[in-house]
Amino acid sequence: MSPFEANVRIRGGVAIVDLRGQLDGKADDALDGAYEAAIKGDPAAVLLNFEEVTYINSTGIALIVGVLARARKHELAMLVCGLSDHYQHIFEITRLADFMQFFPDEEAAVVGATPVV
Amino acid sequence: MTMTSPSKSRRLPVLRAWNRKERRELRRVRREEATQVELPEIEGPQVDIAPNDPALAYFQSNPEPVDIDTLKLDSPGITALREAGVKLVVPLVTQGELIGLLNLGPRLSEQEYSADDRKLLENLAGQAAPALRVAQLVKEQEAEVRRRERYEQELQVAQLIQQNFLPKELPDHAGWSLNAFYRPAREVGGDFYDFVDLPDGRLGVVVGDVTDKGVPAALVMASTRSVLRASAQRLIDPSKVLERVNDQLVPDMPPKMFVTCLYGVLEPDTGRFVFANAGHNLPCVQTEEGAFEPRAAGMPLGLIPGMSYEENEVVIGAGQAAMLYSDALPEAHGPGGEMFGFPSVLEVVGGTSRDDELIDPILDSLHRFTGPDWEQEDDITLVTLRRTAHVLNEPVSEIDLTDAGDDPGQVLAEFSVPSEAGNERAVMERVGEAVADYVLGSRLEMLKTAVAEATMNAIEHGNKLDASLLVEIRAWVDEGAVVVRVTDRGGGPEAPHAPEMPDIEAKLRGEQSPRGWGLFLIRNMVDDLNVITDDEHHIVELVVRTEEGEGR
Repeated sequence: MSPFEANVRIRGGVAIVDLRGQLDGKADDALDGAYEAAIKGDPAAVLLNFEEVTYINSTGIALIVGVLARARKHELAMLVCGLSDHYQHIFEITRLADFMQFFPDEEAAVVGATPVV
Repeated sequence: MTMTSPSKSRRLPVLRAWNRKERRELRRVRREEATQVELPEIEGPQVDIAPNDPALAYFQSNPEPVDIDTLKLDSPGITALREAGVKLVVPLVTQGELIGLLNLGPRLSEQEYSADDRKLLENLAGQAAPALRVAQLVKEQEAEVRRRERYEQELQVAQLIQQNFLPKELPDHAGWSLNAFYRPAREVGGDFYDFVDLPDGRLGVVVGDVTDKGVPAALVMASTRSVLRASAQRLIDPSKVLERVNDQLVPDMPPKMFVTCLYGVLEPDTGRFVFANAGHNLPCVQTEEGAFEPRAAGMPLGLIPGMSYEENEVVIGAGQAAMLYSDALPEAHGPGGEMFGFPSVLEVVGGTSRDDELIDPILDSLHRFTGPDWEQEDDITLVTLRRTAHVLNEPVSEIDLTDAGDDPGQVLAEFSVPSEAGNERAVMERVGEAVADYVLGSRLEMLKTAVAEATMNAIEHGNKLDASLLVEIRAWVDEGAVVVRVTDRGGGPEAPHAPEMPDIEAKLRGEQSPRGWGLFLIRNMVDDLNVITDDEHHIVELVVRTEEGEGR
């Protein structure tokens, strides 16, 4: 059983992917499926909600890179909220932060969602 | 004239007066040995007087010369004195106690003893009795000293036998810390312990106790140990080994003696400990929820032939321990006479944190309980099997260690995990707890991420997910830095984790694998990264300086 879950809901034209648990190699299928589900409704942006994520490792980073690459192909803005300071730091040093918009919480993300440039 | 004194049993040997020939002999001896003269011991016929003979009571209450021929007393002693030719008996009484009889045969002039003779003899007896008593006391004291000397000698012999048969050194098993504590009581009891190397790297562990003390117990202990060693090699199964040892000991066991013994076989690779028990204390095993005593029943060794023994088994987890021990621990008495007890043993063992040795906490707790004036009543034996699961053995320590130096400073954590995916999380949390006093705030989070990444690399790349291989973790603090060392078996000429500089843009364009962040993350999470490789091992050292550790 994977200790990771990803569930999608739509709010204000934004597909919100609620991530929960440990984002590591085992999260692959769940994250993939969630992304597929998220883009079906042709959202204005995809918001990855990390509020309930307890752990991200380098494989988890790779999965996010993969999702981000697909989002860029689909010209979808990728938003992020709920990241802890520590993981935000990691997103910065890996330069993931250069390609995603960061919001402190879901509310701010939905309001601030803008199309990808 | 001769004297005698009653022995403890109040059997009175009776001496008689010397005759002329004997006096001549004495003079001759004195001439020959002018400087060192001993009175020749010339004894007449021995007359034994039974302790309950009425004559003794009579002599004690009439301390004056007594004519034996005219004494009207129904006494076998008096009859015997008459038959021995004794005419006059002068009781030697001092402080109201009859300590001897001065027995005289007929006068050589064949006349009766005169009133003057009797007066002289009575005076003599009055002076001789206390002198004789003093001599008796000196003799008793000398006997007591000799008895003590013999006793001390016996103690030494017992100690010698016992110490000779205890292991000279502790076995060295990778991933295990095996310790023993043995402290004999003054009167050495029959405690023993032993480690027996078995085929396939298994280890036999014995703790036993012979009833009785001193040399007999030491000898029984020595033979039990020999029989057990021989059986352990052939039979392996602990229950079968004890059956065999019991049957071999029964015929030669001295009366009222027997041996309690716990024998178990440890598989160092898995932590499995299978044991059987011959009336000994059960092992005390640590778990996450405290300590417990797995049961196994069986009669002590050497009592009844043909006994069978129950077997039981436990798995000692990483960082946990089992303790085998003898009676003296739970049965030690406190100042108020109460016993230390099994619940206290369980409490201390259960309450000792993972990775800590058990012996010191147990002894500390015992000494707190007994107080400083405690005189140890019996031998204390403790044997602890602690699974550290750290395998940093010779090949690693031979490597010249980098910035942190060879001296590991103060060790904060030392353990290992099997190479199974996901174990890096447990390692991360454990190291995080261990270093939390030295590395704070966000720097602690960063170090934890680096530890998880380094461990994951070791599991997946170094040990190739082979669960039988261990990843060893050691964390220490030294000279302003916390160092975490992660060691795997991925040594050899090629660096197993070739560094790669990830390029996010190339990855997003699909020109580079999205993966390959591990080493990059590690480098950016710590102050220094040292990578060392020898023929067998690949070692990653993560260094975080503690001066800058006040959060960030």
